[in-house]
Amino acid sequence: MQILKGMNAALIGSAVVAVGVIAAPYYVDLFQIMQLTVFAAMAVLALSLGFIWGYGGILCFGQTSFFGLGAYAYAIAAINFSDSTPAIVMAILIPVIFAALLGYFMIYGGVSDVYLGVITLTVSLILFNMVNSTAGDFYKIGNARLGGFNGIPGIPTFNMPGNPDYILSPEQAWTVTGLALIVVYLGLRVLIASTFGRIIIAIRENETRAALLGYDPRFYKLITFMIGGAIAGFAGALYINWGAFVSPTIFALGLSAQIIIWVIIGGRGTLIGPVIGCLLMQWMVTSIGEQQTLDANFILGAILIVFVLLVPKGIAPTLRDLVLARLPAKKSETAPSNERVKA
Amino acid sequence: MDIAIIVGLDVISGIASLVLISAGLAVIFGMMKIINLAHGEFLMLGAYATVLSVSAGVNIWLAMLVIAPVFVGLFGVLVERCLIQFLYGRLVDTMLATWGLSLVIVGGTTMIFGNTIVGVGSPLGGFSVGQYQSSLYTPFLALMAILLMTTVWAVMKFTRAGLIARAVMQNPDMAATLGVNPARVYMATFGAGAAMSGLAGGLLAPVAGVVPTMGAAYIAKAFITVVGGGTSVLWGLITASGLFGFINQIAAFLTTPVFGEVILFVAAVVLIRMLPTGISGKFFKGRL
Amino acid sequence: MTTPLLQTSNLTIRFGGVTAVNAVDFTLRESELRCLIGPNGAGKSTFFKLLTGQLRPSEGHVHLRGTDISGSLPHEIARKGVGIKTQVPNVFNALTVEENLWIAARHKHTPAYATDLAEAILTQLRLTGIAKREVGQLAHGQRQWVEIGTVLAGEPDLILLDEPAAGMTHDEVERTAELILEINRKRALIVVEHDMQFIKMIAKTVTVLHQGAVLIEDDVATVLQDSRVRDVYLGKGLAA
Repeated sequence: MQILKGMNAALIGSAVVAVGVIAAPYYVDLFQIMQLTVFAAMAVLALSLGFIWGYGGILCFGQTSFFGLGAYAYAIAAINFSDSTPAIVMAILIPVIFAALLGYFMIYGGVSDVYLGVITLTVSLILFNMVNSTAGDFYKIGNARLGGFNGIPGIPTFNMPGNPDYILSPEQAWTVTGLALIVVYLGLRVLIASTFGRIIIAIRENETRAALLGYDPRFYKLITFMIGGAIAGFAGALYINWGAFVSPTIFALGLSAQIIIWVIIGGRGTLIGPVIGCLLMQWMVTSIGEQQTLDANFILGAILIVFVLLVPKGIAPTLRDLVLARLPAKKSETAPSNERVKA
Repeated sequence: MDIAIIVGLDVISGIASLVLISAGLAVIFGMMKIINLAHGEFLMLGAYATVLSVSAGVNIWLAMLVIAPVFVGLFGVLVERCLIQFLYGRLVDTMLATWGLSLVIVGGTTMIFGNTIVGVGSPLGGFSVGQYQSSLYTPFLALMAILLMTTVWAVMKFTRAGLIARAVMQNPDMAATLGVNPARVYMATFGAGAAMSGLAGGLLAPVAGVVPTMGAAYIAKAFITVVGGGTSVLWGLITASGLFGFINQIAAFLTTPVFGEVILFVAAVVLIRMLPTGISGKFFKGRL
Repeated sequence: MTTPLLQTSNLTIRFGGVTAVNAVDFTLRESELRCLIGPNGAGKSTFFKLLTGQLRPSEGHVHLRGTDISGSLPHEIARKGVGIKTQVPNVFNALTVEENLWIAARHKHTPAYATDLAEAILTQLRLTGIAKREVGQLAHGQRQWVEIGTVLAGEPDLILLDEPAAGMTHDEVERTAELILEINRKRALIVVEHDMQFIKMIAKTVTVLHQGAVLIEDDVATVLQDSRVRDVYLGKGLAA
C-alpha cells in the first residue's frame, strides 16, 4: 500500500516535470535550453551514484569512470556508424562490461568500503592518464581518432532512430535529455520497490543477516554496481549529445569529486536528493565560473567539508525528518521506515 | 649490459619513489584505517614549501629535508585538530572530509600562486653508464627511501611512541589501556604522516613540475601501493613498493610509462582479488 | 543406519595460539532438539559460526545430510536449509518488522506467498502490533523475536538459536520455550543458552562444551548431575 502511495506521488510529480520539459522550449531561450540540457545529463549521472551508494551501499569514488567510458564509447561508435542509436547502446554496454570486470574483482574479492572507494577513484585517475596519452594517429579505433588530451571534437549528436540523416535540434535534444532523466528516475523507483530493490537495501542494512538468509551479497552488489555503470554510461551519451565533444577531463578528479558532492548534499538513501544536489551545484559552479576571485575547487571543497561535518545526511533526508517531526507522533513512528525504503 | 644497468637503476628508482610518495599515506592508513584523499595535496605543499624557500635564498637541502616536512607536518596537525577529530569513528565521512580538504587546498593554492609551473634545479649532477646518462639524484632518492624506512623501523621498535603506535595498529582501543589519550595518538599520526608526505613533496620538487594540481599525478600510484600493501605500515609498504615498483618499471620499459601504470593497476586489482586485505593482511598480520 | 542431519568430525578452529573449537565430533538426528551449554568462552558461538560458514574451520569437517559443507559460504549453507539467530541480534534495522520477515520469506517464495508467510509468522510470534515499526527502534527482546521470525520465515530444516532467552522477562522466556517446542515438531534445533531453568523446560539431550571441546553429552538429568559439569559451572548457580 505504502509503495503504491509513494509511487503515485512520484508519478504525478514526474508527469508535471515532463510537461515542463516539453513546454520549456516555448518559454525559455536557446542558451538556457542548452544549459538545462547539460544539467539534466549530469542529473542522470547523479542518479547512478545515488542509486549504488544510497541503496546498494557501494562507495564508488570514481563513478565518472563509467560516465567517461560511456562518452568515449558513444563518440567512437557514433563516428564509425554515423548513427546515434547503436552508439547509445555501446555507451551503455561498454561501461556495464567494465563495471562487471572491475566489480567482480573488488566485490568477490570481498574488499572493504575504504578499499572500494580508493580503487574506484584510482581507476578514474588511470583512465584519465591513459586516454590523455592517446594523442597521435596511432591511437585510432575505426575512423575515430582518440586525440589524447585534445579529445574528440565534432561527434555526431542524436538522430532520429532509424534515420541517421534527421539530426535532433537543440530543443529536441533537450526534450530527449529531460525525458530521459524522468525515465531513469522512475525506472529506479520501480526497481527499488521491487524484490531486487528490497534485497539490496536489506544487504546495505546488514550483509551478514542477508547472507544467513540465503542471499549472496556479492551477486546483488555486483548487479547493483553494473546498473550504476549502465546509467552513468548512458549519462555520458546524453552529455555528448549536448556538447558534441569529449576530452580526458571527463575522467578528472574534479568531476569524481563533484558527483560525490551532489549525492552528499542531496542526501544518500533518496533518489530525488542527488538530482536536487546536482542541479544546485551545477547552477552554482556555472555562477562561480563567471567571477574570478574565488576558485571553484575551493568552494566545492568547502561545501563538501561543511556538509560532512554539519549535514551528513544531506538536504532531502534532513528536510524530510524536519517535516516528519512536525507531524503527529503516531504518524512519524511508522513513516520514516517506509520513506527510506520506498522513496 | 649498459641497458640492463639502466633498467636496474630505473627499477630501484621506481621502488624508491613508491616508498617515498606512499609512506605518509601508509602511516595514516595503518593507524587510522582511512585513506587520506588530501595526500596528493600534502605532497604538493611540501614541494611548494621547498620551491618558495629556495627562491627566498634558503639552502635547497635545508628546504627539502627540514622545512618541507616540518611545514606540512604542522599543517597536518592543524588539519587533524580543526577537521579530522570531529569525525572520529566515521571512516567514510573522514575520507570525504579529506577529499573536501584536497579541493580546498588545490583551490586555495591556485588563488594564491596561480596555475603556473614553478620549480627548482636538481642539486646533483649526472653520471653516465656507457652511452646512457643518468642523474645522481636517482641513487639519492633510493638512499632517502632506505633512510626513511630505517627511521620508521627504529622509531616503531625502540621508542615509547613506536610502542603505542604498534599497539594502536593491532587494536585501536589498546591506546587507552596504555594510559594514552587516543586523540593525541591520532593527532601525532596525522602530523607524522603529513610530515612524511611533505618530505616526499620536497624531494620531488627538483624533478617535478610544481603546480597546485601536481598531487593528482602521484596519488594513483600511492593509493595502489598502500591498498596493495595493507595496513602494516612498514612491511606492507616495502613489499608492495618492491612488487609494484618492479612491475611498473618493467612494464613502462616495455610499453610506455602510462601503460606501465595501467599494468600496475591491473596487477594490483588481481592481487586484491586474492588478498582482499593487502599483502600484509595475509603475510605480515600484526607486524610493523 | 540413516544419515544424520548434521555431523561434525574433528571440527577445529584456531585463532593465533588459541584453539576456540577443538576436535568436536557432534551428531544431530533429523528433527532433534539439542541444547548446547557451557561457560563463557567455551566456544559455543564460534561453533555456530563454523556451522553457518561465517568462519572456516582450521581442521575437520561439517556434513549436512551427508554433504560436506565445511568451507561453504554463509549464503550457500543457508540455502541448504540452515537458519541461525545470532547472539547479538542481526536484523535489518532501517526496515520494518514486516519487511524483515518478508525479505526472509521471499528467498524461497513468490512475493504474494512471502507476504502471507510473513503475516502468519507475525501472528505466531505475536508481533502484529509492531509490524510497521522500524526494527532499529525496538527493545532488545523484541529485536530477538524479530530475528527468530526471520529465521522461521526462511523455513530452514535446522535452526540454530544462540541465547534466544537473553534479556527476556520471565513470561517471555516461557513463551520462547513453548515456541521452541512448537518449532521442533517440524524442524531440528540446536539451542545455546545459559539459563538452566530454560534448558530444563525444553531439553531432552544436552551437550556441554568446555574450552572448545565436548565435555559430556547425555540426557538433561544426567548432565545436570555430572560432577564435571558442576565443576565447570562452579559458582554459576547450576543447582538452582
